[in-house]
Amino acid sequence: MTLDSGQQEKMDTFIQQIINGLTIGSIYALIALGYTMVYGILRLINFAHGDIYMVGAYAGFMLATALGFAVNPSVFGFIVTLLGSMTIAAAIGMAIERFAYRPVRKYSKMTTLITAIGMSLLIEYLFVFIFSGTPRSFPQLLPNENYTLFGNATISTSQILIFVVSLLLMIFLQWIVYQTKIGKAMRAVSYNINSAKLMGINTDFVIAFTFALGSALAAAGGVLTAQYNPKIEPLMGIITGLKAFVAAVLGGIGNIPGAVLGGLLIGAAETLVVGYGSYIGVPSTYRDAVAFAILILVLLIRPAGLLGTNIQEKV
Amino acid sequence: MNWVKSIGISIILIALIYVINSAMSSAGFFGFGIDDYYSRLLVFIAINIILATSLNLINGFTGQFSIGHAGFMAVGAYSSAYFTVNYGKAIESSLAFGGETIASGIVLLIAILIGLIFSAIAGLLVGIPSLRLKGDYLAIVTLGFAEIIRIVILNIDSVGGATGYQVGGYANFFWVGILAVITIVIIHNIVKSDAGRALVSIREDELAAEAMGVNTTRYKVISFVIGSGFAGVAGVLFAHYNRFLSTNDFQFIKSFEIIIMIVIGGMGSMTGAILGAIIVTLLPEMLRYLPDIQIGATTFKFADLRLVIFALILILTMILRPQGILGTKEITDFFKRKGGLR
Repeated sequence: MTLDSGQQEKMDTFIQQIINGLTIGSIYALIALGYTMVYGILRLINFAHGDIYMVGAYAGFMLATALGFAVNPSVFGFIVTLLGSMTIAAAIGMAIERFAYRPVRKYSKMTTLITAIGMSLLIEYLFVFIFSGTPRSFPQLLPNENYTLFGNATISTSQILIFVVSLLLMIFLQWIVYQTKIGKAMRAVSYNINSAKLMGINTDFVIAFTFALGSALAAAGGVLTAQYNPKIEPLMGIITGLKAFVAAVLGGIGNIPGAVLGGLLIGAAETLVVGYGSYIGVPSTYRDAVAFAILILVLLIRPAGLLGTNIQEKV
Repeated sequence: MNWVKSIGISIILIALIYVINSAMSSAGFFGFGIDDYYSRLLVFIAINIILATSLNLINGFTGQFSIGHAGFMAVGAYSSAYFTVNYGKAIESSLAFGGETIASGIVLLIAILIGLIFSAIAGLLVGIPSLRLKGDYLAIVTLGFAEIIRIVILNIDSVGGATGYQVGGYANFFWVGILAVITIVIIHNIVKSDAGRALVSIREDELAAEAMGVNTTRYKVISFVIGSGFAGVAGVLFAHYNRFLSTNDFQFIKSFEIIIMIVIGGMGSMTGAILGAIIVTLLPEMLRYLPDIQIGATTFKFADLRLVIFALILILTMILRPQGILGTKEITDFFKRKGGLR
């Protein structure tokens, strides 16, 4: 079958939209993993997680500027910045867990949720205070080029970077959770925290480790996004964090492959609505509503999420 | 003679609100004037009291986890503003024979009714499907609905869209104060009624309540609709006092703010919600007056840190006093005589 030039062009645009959607979706997926792991273990919606993503971007910005990677782009500089910002974010994530969440863990859900909201506000306003609210431009750490795939659809270096790095991180996470001892402990704690404690698992350590892992992934998301879209600001984590959270719920909260699936779906759906929504009467300004609309539909039809399992309430 | 007492208290409160409102005008009340800054704060306290007590009915007394209150506030604000902007002047001029104050008062009352009805309908539409969900899931869905409402409003050009919406200033402290009192009285009476007992039983144990014959779904929807309706009233008052609406005023941070009020005051306590509303409105303002501290060559402007300090206070309250200032007690409980048989 041969396509005429008009059809060819439409096809290329469609492929381009999908590529862009999956790029954003991978970032959502990276952040959603942190939400889903923390929820799986503590049943806590960690509202500060979106802000950790922002902290990661700023940490990367500071590192790249201080170490001079901003001036001469190199693969080495990128890796150091990425790992450095992941380490910093992991430390901050653990500190948040230790000083804010651990003391309220035994209280009601509402209390822990408010603490999480408070933590989120604290990080946002602290960063507004330190860095001011004006956006900054993240330096390009690798030379950015556009590669033509076929037709007119292109993919840029930063997009390839996002796909490759997030895929590696997800494989790494899968390895930790299913192949290591600490991963086994994490699964045990998420299954039943009290029994895990009785079996001699140091649950406090496991929870702290989970926060570190989740925060590191979010920070990686922050640095990668900043390569794709270099504008960073202290409030950038709010809406991205919320959508990543929606992605986690969509896939089935507490479920790791679900978070990845949810992230990619939300990213793709969002770009497709921007690109093609006008054909079905949905203007592109509804972009931010897409995630929530999908979320509500899924929760009403299948409350446990796409890959989640239903829990029956017992008397 | 409980109702005699209620009516008496209401009359005193209305008189008090009238006096304060007169003092807010430029002429002042017998020479006592309240300057604009404090007038504005008082109005926002009253609006926040309406928001906090209405959310308290849903979250505090019924035990449902709604974090999308700002969405219903937006529905009330925008529906009523659309009415006053398009029909307000016409109604006012046709009522001009009764005097300007009465005419604008009637317009505001109609606006309040419209805001109440529209936001209650929105509450019903959101409540019926979502209240099947529990806990965190309900919280997420209400958050999602509130954001969708906001984005939909943002895309309606006839109410200003992204540029904002100019509204007539029909409301003043008198109206806001009176409605705050009415809201408190109505919600207090609901909670003390048979229906209120059913709501509290749902909070304590939904399964047990259902086993005792309480139609839990019905009562949950009722409390959600009433709560949303009053949020709409708060929205109407906000729109017509502030004279300008922007969808940025109704982002989910606003919903969080209302949650913070009832959590700080004490969930499931009427006076707690009121206290929380006052604290959350005043605290960030009071922190504006923090002094600068000079250490060496650098000056630390603590006033710039006020939102950071506010967040810290919030976290510390949760760690040190998770049940909020009052818990489920009322302020009046502290004045009751102890003794007798226990």
